[in-house]
Amino acid sequence: MLAIDVLLDKIDLTAVLIVLFKVVVVFIIGLVATMFMVWFERKIISGMQNRIGPNKAGPFGILQTLADGIKLFFKEDLLPDRADRFVFRLAPFLAFVPAFLVWSIIPLGGDFTNGKGGAIKIFGRYTLVQLADPPIGVLLLLALSGIAVYGIMLAGWSSGSKYPLLGSVRASAQMVSYEAALGLSIAAVLLVAGTLSTNGIVAVQTSLSKWHVVATGVVPFVIFLIAATAELNRPPFDLVEAEQELVGGFNTEYSSLRFALFFLAEFMNTVTMSAVIVTLFFGGPQPLKFEQGSLHFNGNLHLGVLNGTVWFIAKLFVFLYIYVWFRATLPRLRYDQLMNLGWKVLIPASLGWFMLLAAQRVATDNNWNKWAVSIISIAILGVCGLLLMAATRASAKNREREGAMF
Amino acid sequence: MLAEALVAQNIAFGIIAAVMIVGAFRVVTSDNVVHAALWLVCVLAGAAAQYLLVYAEFVAITQILVYVGAVMVLFLFGVMLTRARIGSESNLNNKNWALGIPVALALFAAMAIALVGGFKDEYLPGPSKAIRIDTQSISDAIFKPYLLPFWALSFVLLVAVIGAIVLARKD
Repeated sequence: MLAIDVLLDKIDLTAVLIVLFKVVVVFIIGLVATMFMVWFERKIISGMQNRIGPNKAGPFGILQTLADGIKLFFKEDLLPDRADRFVFRLAPFLAFVPAFLVWSIIPLGGDFTNGKGGAIKIFGRYTLVQLADPPIGVLLLLALSGIAVYGIMLAGWSSGSKYPLLGSVRASAQMVSYEAALGLSIAAVLLVAGTLSTNGIVAVQTSLSKWHVVATGVVPFVIFLIAATAELNRPPFDLVEAEQELVGGFNTEYSSLRFALFFLAEFMNTVTMSAVIVTLFFGGPQPLKFEQGSLHFNGNLHLGVLNGTVWFIAKLFVFLYIYVWFRATLPRLRYDQLMNLGWKVLIPASLGWFMLLAAQRVATDNNWNKWAVSIISIAILGVCGLLLMAATRASAKNREREGAMF
Repeated sequence: MLAEALVAQNIAFGIIAAVMIVGAFRVVTSDNVVHAALWLVCVLAGAAAQYLLVYAEFVAITQILVYVGAVMVLFLFGVMLTRARIGSESNLNNKNWALGIPVALALFAAMAIALVGGFKDEYLPGPSKAIRIDTQSISDAIFKPYLLPFWALSFVLLVAVIGAIVLARKD
């Protein structure tokens, strides 16, 4: 029911085995990618800060994460006396499991040429290079990021300590605020793609001009990138674990394996969010094709079934690097700046841009003059934006008169 | 008739319904506000699972997205901001809690009568001719014949939002 895959037209032992194989592969890729990401981030940041970084365990220190993981595994598992025992134990899993589940709907590769729809042939059967392709794909992603909030929130509360509670209250306010902008920028992509399934979204992005970053006009992508960074609680939006103020944020009281689960979830979310950006805006496993005069390249790297996967990983790396770059260069926002950016800039901007795209869609459907429609809608949106600015300014003045903090 | 009955679905329905009833009971008997909220999450997620059983994926995922992902998170957020203590609290029950039981029973009876009356002889088709309620048909229904009720509902939400602002602002 939930997974529509050509493989499942005929369910027999081979099909079941292929699905099991895919489950194991996706699980391992998820774990290895996360471990790699931890090392990658430490190494790149140390390079940017003129340090050496991890260099002892393995070549280039690549096994450092494994060593850290083993260390955490063998540490004593502390349970604070005033903690809520059941919820304290449950919270790390609520953070970790949704992070993992997102992997299942991301197309990790596949052949999208000649209308094959991403199916490749392995073990004599055609199948998609993603664990599941539910017709509601992208909504599942949003639902999972909604559930991930519980992990952080309950971890802070159940610790029975002041700073974790403050951290988790900050976290939930931040994540809920930015989820709206995240959803609205995804809606722009869905409007252009005309489907909710992740496989379908990748399948329509056949050439560079049809990649959604271009087709939706860059703005939704920028909003998504900012909102996703806030959703991940990564710098410059890492007020959740602002060390100077909150010791370590929501996970202060956690140790050993449970801390490792939070740590893993955080980095896995970074990798999956980059993968989601690639899927939604940059064509996922679709190759980069260009034709400029005599120079043309159809994106075929002659790697057979791995062609799409290599393209996917190449694009993924760009965003992993960007996230590390953000962390190394951008200073943390103040809390009121964070909320202002989310509510007064990103949400209205994404809503306005969505309306603009919808207007253009209606214009094309009815054969109206596209330019006239665009200009009129931009003018209307501009007036709305000015009204919003006037309103926020008036309200800020009122609050100042009252002597409120923000 | 029996061959066409969805045995697996019916068993799953029973299990999930049992979990939901226990959860709903714990919501009102739990002596900790956050635990009660978590039991409510259980009930709402159970409702989503029930939607999945009747092939309504979109409704199921929207249930998770809206109720579990947004409403309950805000609920917990509000509770944590104000009075989230760990351990049991004794004064959670209102004095008039006994009045709630007949009200709940009356609501249940009204809903049961409406549902049974509305869907008297309609059954879900068997697995052989499973229907697919896709997102498109839902949007076609909402934005064509049911547009007016949909607007009315959004006005209710708008009123709630404006009411919240009026309550929250000091000037």
